[in-house]
Amino acid sequence: MKRLATPFTYLLLTLLALIFVAPILFMVVSSLKPDEMVLSSGLGRAFTVAHPSLANYADVMERLNFPRVMGNSLLITSAIVASGLLVNSLAGYSLARLRWRGRRPCLILILALLIIPFEAIAVPLFFQVTLLGWRDSYQVQIIPFIADAFSIFLFYSFFLDIPAELEEAAAMDGAGPWRTFFLIVLPTAKPVFATVAVLTFLMRWGSYLWPLLVTVGETYRPLPVAMAAFENQVKLWGDIMAFGVMMVLPVLILFLLCQRWLISGIAATSTGHKG
Amino acid sequence: MRQGSRAEKTAWLMAAPGLTGLLLFIALPAALALILSFTSFRLGSPLAPHFVGLSQFQRIFSDGTFSRALANNGLFALLVVPLQTGLALALALLVNRRLPGITFFRACFFLPVIFPMALVAVVWKLILAPGEAGLLNTLLHTMSLGAWQPVDFLHHPRYAMGSIMLLSIWQGAGFQMIILLAGLQAIPQSLYEAAALDGAGPWQRFWYITLPQLKNALIFVALITTILAFRLFDQVWILTQGGPHQATSTVIFETVRAVFRRQDVAKGAAMSVIFFAIVLLITMLQQRLSRQGREEQ
Repeated sequence: MKRLATPFTYLLLTLLALIFVAPILFMVVSSLKPDEMVLSSGLGRAFTVAHPSLANYADVMERLNFPRVMGNSLLITSAIVASGLLVNSLAGYSLARLRWRGRRPCLILILALLIIPFEAIAVPLFFQVTLLGWRDSYQVQIIPFIADAFSIFLFYSFFLDIPAELEEAAAMDGAGPWRTFFLIVLPTAKPVFATVAVLTFLMRWGSYLWPLLVTVGETYRPLPVAMAAFENQVKLWGDIMAFGVMMVLPVLILFLLCQRWLISGIAATSTGHKG
Repeated sequence: MRQGSRAEKTAWLMAAPGLTGLLLFIALPAALALILSFTSFRLGSPLAPHFVGLSQFQRIFSDGTFSRALANNGLFALLVVPLQTGLALALALLVNRRLPGITFFRACFFLPVIFPMALVAVVWKLILAPGEAGLLNTLLHTMSLGAWQPVDFLHHPRYAMGSIMLLSIWQGAGFQMIILLAGLQAIPQSLYEAAALDGAGPWQRFWYITLPQLKNALIFVALITTILAFRLFDQVWILTQGGPHQATSTVIFETVRAVFRRQDVAKGAAMSVIFFAIVLLITMLQQRLSRQGREEQ
């Protein structure tokens, strides 16, 4: 029974893995062939390419300012990740380890804000940034997303569990909260920083609704919005798939390097809502 | 005393940037949504906005458009939540073994999760291409030994929503698999050992240990998928624009359309309020269910 079960498991796993990877493989293969070959092929030929060429990639570069759009995405995403790590970790630390009036209400507020999906506030936020004159800019895509309830919550839960001796020793040496945080606590908190960074990066890299609402032209447009617009205008499947491969490359690299942190971050989402 | 108040001030300063951000960009817009939904506000309108009571909500439900969108979201949730949760559970059970190469398979199932939805939509537009050359049409043609007639999936009233469900499940199942896998790994091994001593078979162990122990994780996964079903937007905007004949319109699609196409911020805000009420209701239901789950154990 056991001897039969393992080959069967592998068979099932392979079959399922093929289904899951097929669309991705199809995208990559299609990006390497001339446009007219993408659709006019049978099942077998959809996943093979006779003469792989990077012509589609060169074509994308000619048809739009791809480095600009990629640069927009990289700038917006890394600005949110970097400032978010600082702002949210400080808030999480203060809420977890320091005593101050209003701390409890603030914690309850954060837990309450955790359940508001972005879609529920997109319209009034759009109204708000219109009043501020922020539409079609970088800051409109960065500033509203720096402070994040879930990130604060993850930092808060992590800092709740660090041993008190660490801070006591720092206090004995006469270090204030700032020095204690940056020099003593921060070096022990790499896992939670990595998790929050990877999760935030992934979320922001793919965001579509907000930049669709607030950007107008190519100047401040990030990749997802540019990709949908490109698909709409160009109608060349080879080019579109080449765009797609280049768009997913940064997150793919991130995934390969930081898989562990991403997985632990996702596993942690379920604890964030137990309340 | 002075020492204490100074320490308190520092603590405040540390928390202030994060808390201010949350207040300005989440709490304030949430409050604004409610306020705007009772007004006649329209961006760029020469008329001064005024208080209109509940008439935005009446307007929303006066024609069938929004109700249809709401029903579409409901249908999406009704089908996708059990299908995707079931698939994710199967995947989690499959990869929760110590076999050589298992991490490779885990990565395969997880890979679509890192794909931005806008890209997923565009790649699947090509897969779902109409006519004999479309990949899914070719596949179905081959598998049915020629019986399948090519369909224009995204423009067909019966297949359009199904297609959007399919690509959403493909992209999201890996995410749930990870949460369920974490749940599976948290089940104490001693329970299985005790069951094995009592002579319980694999099915009995699954029914009497795995499922009850996984109950809260399953409820949580079902909750986030239900909420995601009501947040459905990117795929619809890119692939179908709500069509054909409103077969794929959704609550957020209608909300964005009101603001984007008609600058009708007040109507959009009222729709946002309805959307949030639904999310709140689902969340409260989940809290209740998992509390019951905890008390039973």
